[in-house]
Amino acid sequence: MIPELGQLALILALLLALAQCALPLLGAWRGNAALMAVARPAAAGQAVFVALAFSVLAYAFLGFDFSVAYVADNANLALPWYYRFVAVWGAHEGSLLLWILILNFWTVAFAARSRHLPEPFAARALGVLGFVSVGFLLFILLTSNPFTRLLPMPADGADLNPLLQDPGMISHPPMLYMGYVGFSIAFAMAIAGLLGGELDNAWVRWSRPWTNVAWGFLTLGIVIGSWWAYAELGWGGWWFWDPVENASFMPWLVGAALIHAQAVTEKRGTLRAWTLLLAIFAFALSLLGTFLVRSGVLTSVHAFASDPRRGIFILGFLTAVVGGSLLIYALRAPKVAAGKAFATLSRETLILIANLMLVASAAMVLLGTLYPLIGEALNLGRISVGPPYFGFLFMLLMAPALFLLPFGPFARWGRADAGELARVLRIAAIAAVALGGTLGFLAWRGAHEFRALLGWVAAVWVLAGVIAYARKRWREAPAGRRYPAELLGMLLAHAGIGVFVAGALLTTALSVERDVRLAPGESVRVGGFDFRYDGVREVKGPNWLAQQGTVSVFDHGRPVTVLHPQKRTYERGQVQTEAAIRPGAVRDLYVALGEPLGDGGAWALRVYDKPFVRWIWAGGLLMMVGGFVAAADRRFRAKRAPQPAPAAATPAPVPAESAA
Amino acid sequence: MNPTRKRRMTLVLLILGAVGVAAALTVYALQQNMNYLLTPSQVLAGQGAGYKTFRLGGMVKTGSVRRDAHSLTVDFTVTDGDHDLPVEYTGILPDLFRENQAVIATGHMDGARFVATEVLAKHDENYMPKELAAAMAKAHAKHHVGTPDPGPGTRQESAPAPSP
Repeated sequence: MIPELGQLALILALLLALAQCALPLLGAWRGNAALMAVARPAAAGQAVFVALAFSVLAYAFLGFDFSVAYVADNANLALPWYYRFVAVWGAHEGSLLLWILILNFWTVAFAARSRHLPEPFAARALGVLGFVSVGFLLFILLTSNPFTRLLPMPADGADLNPLLQDPGMISHPPMLYMGYVGFSIAFAMAIAGLLGGELDNAWVRWSRPWTNVAWGFLTLGIVIGSWWAYAELGWGGWWFWDPVENASFMPWLVGAALIHAQAVTEKRGTLRAWTLLLAIFAFALSLLGTFLVRSGVLTSVHAFASDPRRGIFILGFLTAVVGGSLLIYALRAPKVAAGKAFATLSRETLILIANLMLVASAAMVLLGTLYPLIGEALNLGRISVGPPYFGFLFMLLMAPALFLLPFGPFARWGRADAGELARVLRIAAIAAVALGGTLGFLAWRGAHEFRALLGWVAAVWVLAGVIAYARKRWREAPAGRRYPAELLGMLLAHAGIGVFVAGALLTTALSVERDVRLAPGESVRVGGFDFRYDGVREVKGPNWLAQQGTVSVFDHGRPVTVLHPQKRTYERGQVQTEAAIRPGAVRDLYVALGEPLGDGGAWALRVYDKPFVRWIWAGGLLMMVGGFVAAADRRFRAKRAPQPAPAAATPAPVPAESAA
Repeated sequence: MNPTRKRRMTLVLLILGAVGVAAALTVYALQQNMNYLLTPSQVLAGQGAGYKTFRLGGMVKTGSVRRDAHSLTVDFTVTDGDHDLPVEYTGILPDLFRENQAVIATGHMDGARFVATEVLAKHDENYMPKELAAAMAKAHAKHHVGTPDPGPGTRQESAPAPSP
């Protein structure tokens, strides 16, 4: 009975979503205030019913209701309660429900915080969000119902995929979806602006904090995913250019471009059409990401079941959303007024170049990800594109952006002072060559570590630029106004890029990875450490049995740590490798069990030394914090003057020179 | 030409040039990194000859897996029902590498042997990568080599070879 309640709640949510979509859009078109006023209550009601459906599914999982097919497929009696809860989004149907729940979260947040916006604009934006919601609710109800019954009811269920039985599963999907779906707000506001012809800079200012926060969540989701793959897939990589990783990376790249383009549009009024286009593409790529993961058209680490009906539905919806928005864009964008002109040497130009590089990278990733599909369609055979394609082109495309990064904050809007930029160039270059070169030289162990040297130089180059700008603000801006939140966020995010670059290049260059055969008592030397293998013994977990190895690590005879890698066998027979990691600020020591070799207790072991690998995620976290801090800027919170004074309401305390 | 036009002209030419360079680099990088998926029959028919590396897909033949006693080298045979191909791999095999299960190996031909640098195995008894299922559909029609249907909640895992 209770699962049917969930089903009913979803149907009611769909009806409310239809109301939230159609009526406010009609009202805004006709100028009917009563119809526009439907938007907020409809959004709130929809959120209640979706939350109810989600709770019903969670309740079914926690209460072992195996008469629900989805529960029987993804949980069993031995699964601990926290993994049963997480199993709600462990497979297709439930993760779509999570998607919709998060969309409703964002919609309600927007509904609550948009009361100071002109009513037609807010109504249109909520209508667009309602349209997205209708599409996904229909998708769930027509092709992927999580409440389908299974008769006769089995006594016990299957197991949640062992790879997903990990703390990463608790946070990775929700954070990623918070990012994906968060771009829907910027998208809805862009479309609302286009529909209403309100193409001044106002909508951009209102949408900026939403974009920043969504991007921050997406960054966090990607960081957690990367760390999880590193710890759980058992072979120590942090990024695989897997189609599903690419699916989350493309909206991230376009989102980063959007953040910068919005800053230009808001402050200078230029690049308006470009900003609108980016807002559309960021969300379109989020939808494409959902399509790639959920349709199973591409083989990947995340390749779940493929059901052609699902793929066709999402593809159709994607076409409707992207095609529709581009049509609206094509009709309205020519009316967008040009903003202030800018010289070749100006902050606008620098941001535009960085934007082009980010978008070109996203296009490059898109091409490589979809190439197997294109190849299949054109009968070129079954092709896959190897990671070096992505790595090579991404480095190539990002190099100019990294080179220009220190200049961005120093360059003035409109026309930059060439002399000042030359000074920055000198500071950053001297720091990069001196400090970066020294650090790189100290770590030098052979010509193949050229990339480590490059990593230090690039990281110091970026960080020197950030520090130099922070110092300039300290000296020149009046106390209390030195670091407004928006500027501080920019500095943090840019510093994050520096830390990330150091981590990525140093890990790639300096990692030592050995697969070895060890009998008990034998040692292997990896990266200057001695790893002694002391044999395996059996241990038992809640729903698994494991062979647990003991590996003692020594640094020139001095004991460093003892690691316990496991090879787990779950109740349903799935085998799962649990790596053992000694984390550290400058190096991770990583051991994973391979397989038993012969009778003498010998095992195949992966033994890795991973220098600076944590810097990758530390950099990502800094970028995330930057996104959140920038969104908290007072300017974005400032209430507008009473209606209707659209452009005149620029609140007074605008920091003299703030971030891009 | 007036100065504005001249500046725009330069800009357009610069952008065109950049796009051209980018396109050329992309095509080059794509060509260097494209991997074709072939079955043993296709390899023996000479289709793998043109490629530096390619991916070999098929089932691991029952009773063909042999480990070297003193190293991490392992030999096995990949079959598509019609033809067999011996494969050599040094390293740790993925958790669900089993006999009579689907496998995709990336590597190159060394004489009559396929030397793999990476081995992918499926993560569930009922799962086979879609592309492999399609590539083997013909063989399956003729022989019974156990090509199961794709099932839910599955993923692939992989084991790359250690870098030197």
